[in-house]
Amino acid sequence: MALQPYASPVQRVWYYSFRVICGLILFFLIFPIMVIIPLSFNALPYFTFTPGMLAFEASAYSTEHYRDFFTNSDWQSAMWNSLSIAPAATLVSVSLGTLAAIGLSSGKAPFRGAIMAILISPMIVPLIISAAGMYFFYSRVGLQGTWFGVVLAHAALGTPFVIITVTATLVGFDRSLTRAAANMGAGPVRTFFKVQMPLILPGVISGGLFAFITSFDEVVVVLFLGSAGQKTLPWQMFTGLREQISPTILAVATLLVTLSIILLATLEILRRRSERLRGMSPG
Amino acid sequence: MTESSDAFVEFERVQKSYDGETLVVKDLNLNIGKGEFLTMLGPSGSGKTTCLMMLAGFETATHGDIRLDGKPINSVPPHKRGIGMVFQNYALFPHMTVAENLAFPLEVRKMGKADIEAKVKRALDMVQMGAFGGRRPAQLSGGQQQRVAVARALVFDPELVLMDEPLGALDKQLREQMQFEIKHIHEELGVTVVYVTHDQSEALTMSDRIAVFNDGKIQQLAPPPTLYEKPDNSFVAQFIGENNTLDATVDSVDGRFARVRFNDGTLSRALAVNCGGPGSQTRLSLRPERVEFDANVEPDEEGVTGLVKELIYLGDHIRVRMEVLGNRDFVVKVPNGAEVSELRVGETAGLTWRAEDCRALDAA
Ligand SMILES: Nc1ncnc2c1ncn2[C@@H]1O[C@H](COP(=O)(O)OP(=O)(O)OP(=O)(O)O)[C@@H](O)[C@H]1O
Ligand SMILES: [Mg+2]
Repeated sequence: MALQPYASPVQRVWYYSFRVICGLILFFLIFPIMVIIPLSFNALPYFTFTPGMLAFEASAYSTEHYRDFFTNSDWQSAMWNSLSIAPAATLVSVSLGTLAAIGLSSGKAPFRGAIMAILISPMIVPLIISAAGMYFFYSRVGLQGTWFGVVLAHAALGTPFVIITVTATLVGFDRSLTRAAANMGAGPVRTFFKVQMPLILPGVISGGLFAFITSFDEVVVVLFLGSAGQKTLPWQMFTGLREQISPTILAVATLLVTLSIILLATLEILRRRSERLRGMSPG
Repeated sequence: MTESSDAFVEFERVQKSYDGETLVVKDLNLNIGKGEFLTMLGPSGSGKTTCLMMLAGFETATHGDIRLDGKPINSVPPHKRGIGMVFQNYALFPHMTVAENLAFPLEVRKMGKADIEAKVKRALDMVQMGAFGGRRPAQLSGGQQQRVAVARALVFDPELVLMDEPLGALDKQLREQMQFEIKHIHEELGVTVVYVTHDQSEALTMSDRIAVFNDGKIQQLAPPPTLYEKPDNSFVAQFIGENNTLDATVDSVDGRFARVRFNDGTLSRALAVNCGGPGSQTRLSLRPERVEFDANVEPDEEGVTGLVKELIYLGDHIRVRMEVLGNRDFVVKVPNGAEVSELRVGETAGLTWRAEDCRALDAA
């Protein structure tokens, strides 16, 4: 959108202020995250830049906090908890969410709108309310304070993402493809895995990534439902900030930012692939 | 072929409604013999695809029975019917290459790898797509996709093949070539083909029998020559081939023939095919090539006079557009000869025909 030669003064002013505003927005979004990265290499246990760091002295930098993260048993158990809970919750979300989306899109589902609204509700209801509700319910059925309970709760939070992304992919899905498959002798299971699944896979995977991040970032529900044995990374960071103010948090944050960037890049690649495949469906 | 005893596909009093109110298919009765090439021909929205979908098992009939090889079709799920189908929108799998698309039905049937390869190659060669096995459907033109769809429907040697306008996107030459190929395959393999098309010349050249659809009903079911020479009603007469119509009132019916009165009062004779008794309205159908010029038309014979509006020169023959009894598009085809040179635009000329060639049909 280059400035046109015939632009009026107002347009000229807007042209430049628009760029400044966009720049400011991006700066405020990115800077707090980016600043963590150099700070995490601080040799001293401070949350600020030391004079040595500003002078770019090699001795002012170290990987001390990273070593702490990988050796400290609290952090390690938190990491392994997160790494076991998030994939398990993702698996549940993806399986249930995909099936729900396919069922709801088939056109034969009764009360489609109402069911959809209920399934999506964990995304809309304030987290603290879901968490409190789950706490009371899970205590009754003996799931409170168990690994499985946390997985189920996280799966409930992640499922809406899967449903939304898969439903969106299914909108462009040509139903005559499954008919053609059946016509050529493929049973429902084969049709699902060979024809339907490959085409909606991008939606399933991006839904899965969202579900994974939801569980991996989640602190409120796990505080309510988890016991000491299910302390996840966000929980450990939360207590770390409140109680011991250790710069290890900065190292963890950097690692998480890196992980998120990798996941988002994967998402983008998948989105492009899906667009390509979509453009391909004939008719 | 029409007795129900050896019918391969039977529709018996089938009705179909999508919304529970309007009937898209009304009382369909149709027997298709084994090895027959039956074409469903009809205007858009007349229910042709719906009939194929019911046969393939993707829609269920609201009323009536459909039997395949004597067995009620509802007892067999779609994937066990062994019916090949070319979908109107091709329905090629976008995530597979052309070769993988064709291999799909063979893999389902647990065929060996070498067999699959050979069959796929043969099917692709048949539709002249041998060089495109490695491409994705999106990388093909519409006509190429259509040919792949035809190959995919035939590759697993089904006994019954349903084709929903399989050649609609092809140019004339390629279409004629594919018509020939499909016809050839049909004769060679003895498969039963149910073919849907808009194109009447395609229907006339390929079919054993044609079912003309309109408004959810079969208007006429007959071999191509019968359909053209002896249409049962004015819809069929108008839909198949070129047709001239003249409105008249039945004066009297005398055996096979009816005496009809045009609205200018003149009388004429026509074959009473589908007209009511004396006093009822009728529409006469006359093929353009069955009308002749005749300088002196006797009143009360088979003949009328009309005004020559236009002469269209077509080399071996001339089309003469005339205004006859209010019909401004009455067309006469005359061989190029001395007779034509006497015609002048704006002059009147006499027309005659044989009473057998003038069919008195319903007035609709
Ligand atoms: N899934 C559906 N739901 C509701 N109505 C439908 C559905 N499919 C078709 N119809 C209606 O049924 C009628 C017949 O449709 P059908 O597709 O059988 O026509 P067709 O003869 O194949 O037409 P064309 O030559 O245009 O393909 C149409 O009026 C159409 O609007
Ligand atoms: Mg159709």
